[in-house]
Amino acid sequence: MSKTYNLTTPLTEEQTRILKAGDIVYLSGTVFTARDAAHKRLVDLIEAGEELPFELEGSIIYFVGPTPPKPGDPIGSAGPTTSYRMDSYSPTMLKHGSKGMIGKGKRNQEVKDACKEYGGIYFGATGGAGALLGKQITQAEVIAYPELGPEAIRKITVKDFPVTVINDTFGNDLYQMGREQYEVK
Amino acid sequence: MREVQFDVIVKAVRDIIVHCGTDLPQDAYDALKTAMENEKSPVSQEVIRQILENADIAKDEKRPLCQDTGLAVFFVNVGEDVKIKGGLLRDAINKGTEQGYTDAYLRASTCEPFSRANLKDTIGYNLPAIIHFDLVAGDKIDIEYAAKGGGSENVSRAKVFPPAAGKDGIVAYVKEVISDAGPNPCPPITVGVGIGGTFEKACISSKHALFRNIGSVNDDPEMKELEERMMIEINNLGIGAMGMGGTKTALAVHIESNPCHIASLPVSVNVQCHSSRHTHITI
Repeated sequence: MSKTYNLTTPLTEEQTRILKAGDIVYLSGTVFTARDAAHKRLVDLIEAGEELPFELEGSIIYFVGPTPPKPGDPIGSAGPTTSYRMDSYSPTMLKHGSKGMIGKGKRNQEVKDACKEYGGIYFGATGGAGALLGKQITQAEVIAYPELGPEAIRKITVKDFPVTVINDTFGNDLYQMGREQYEVK
Repeated sequence: MREVQFDVIVKAVRDIIVHCGTDLPQDAYDALKTAMENEKSPVSQEVIRQILENADIAKDEKRPLCQDTGLAVFFVNVGEDVKIKGGLLRDAINKGTEQGYTDAYLRASTCEPFSRANLKDTIGYNLPAIIHFDLVAGDKIDIEYAAKGGGSENVSRAKVFPPAAGKDGIVAYVKEVISDAGPNPCPPITVGVGIGGTFEKACISSKHALFRNIGSVNDDPEMKELEERMMIEINNLGIGAMGMGGTKTALAVHIESNPCHIASLPVSVNVQCHSSRHTHITI
């Protein structure tokens, strides 16, 4: 049966290894945004042994390219982008301490295996709910690669940000489990 | 010959873009509400509830429905008795697009294919728009608009079948495309199916099919029946809202069929996410 948790970042392996596919989590604290272009740069830095623009240990990465903020707002609409584009980078991020990702859509086997091995979680947020999710972001600041525009790395603060565990540390996949339950053959 | 001022078109295009960015059309809203009521999976039901709450917030607070505010896609039917004064029609549509995307704080999502450099500072903010022109009788300009997101576009496909594939072959293909797409195109989706014509005609028809209001009935009884058959097959896949598992994977299937070459049966499947931002104006 699915459980509900309130968690504050950074996350520890003790916290992530309890979560199961289908659990609902309300995340609070600091989260870092990155899409494909930023991931490529981060992984290049890791492979070169250079310092990253933020602490990877315990971090949660949100795959998002927000709309520009309206005057007075920290950020615009900010729902998840499709995650498979980050599949080639995520295992390296998890290996070096990141504990979770927020996105939407399927991940490949390498990412699922890395979640098991390094205690990482792939969280799904509701795609297309950008206005609702943007409101759960209370602060946002570009901390690296401003030239990438919507794809720059932002340090954001979230409050009760609603996500669902898709891939857990046991190798479960909610997309497969959910579909098997409702498929009519 | 009726004259229409360039600036009138710019303003009209700007206004529909601003409106569509924040205000989910009623047909999409109603279809989602019905889907929520009939969905058997509580998880998918909760996802659709969030989608509807998102639409309410976006409308009330004038926030973009989704951060992917799409590429601007237009189907424009130009009456042969209309003359545009003060500039070119294509330029007016592009200018209105740029103004709308800027004024409503929508995202600039066009980029160069290989360097991936954003085109906002070179060609213009979210330019160029994708525009399909056609000439028709009369003295009006008919503009259909949709903001087309990337996630659902990425799972779309086309194939030219041998004629023997028939309806069974097409239904199986549509099912395969949606099954492979799974959660990625942000279901519950609308599925546009273009049949016949040439390769590109099928593709453009599948796009245009997505501009039709959800819940509207196909004029062709044979295509209506085929749409219903595809709906059942797609919803039997069990993908559900955002792929979490459920009984409402598609809100609608829309088919546009064209005469084709005796040697071929082209089919295109274009997918629209649940945020079906589309509208229609006549100038």
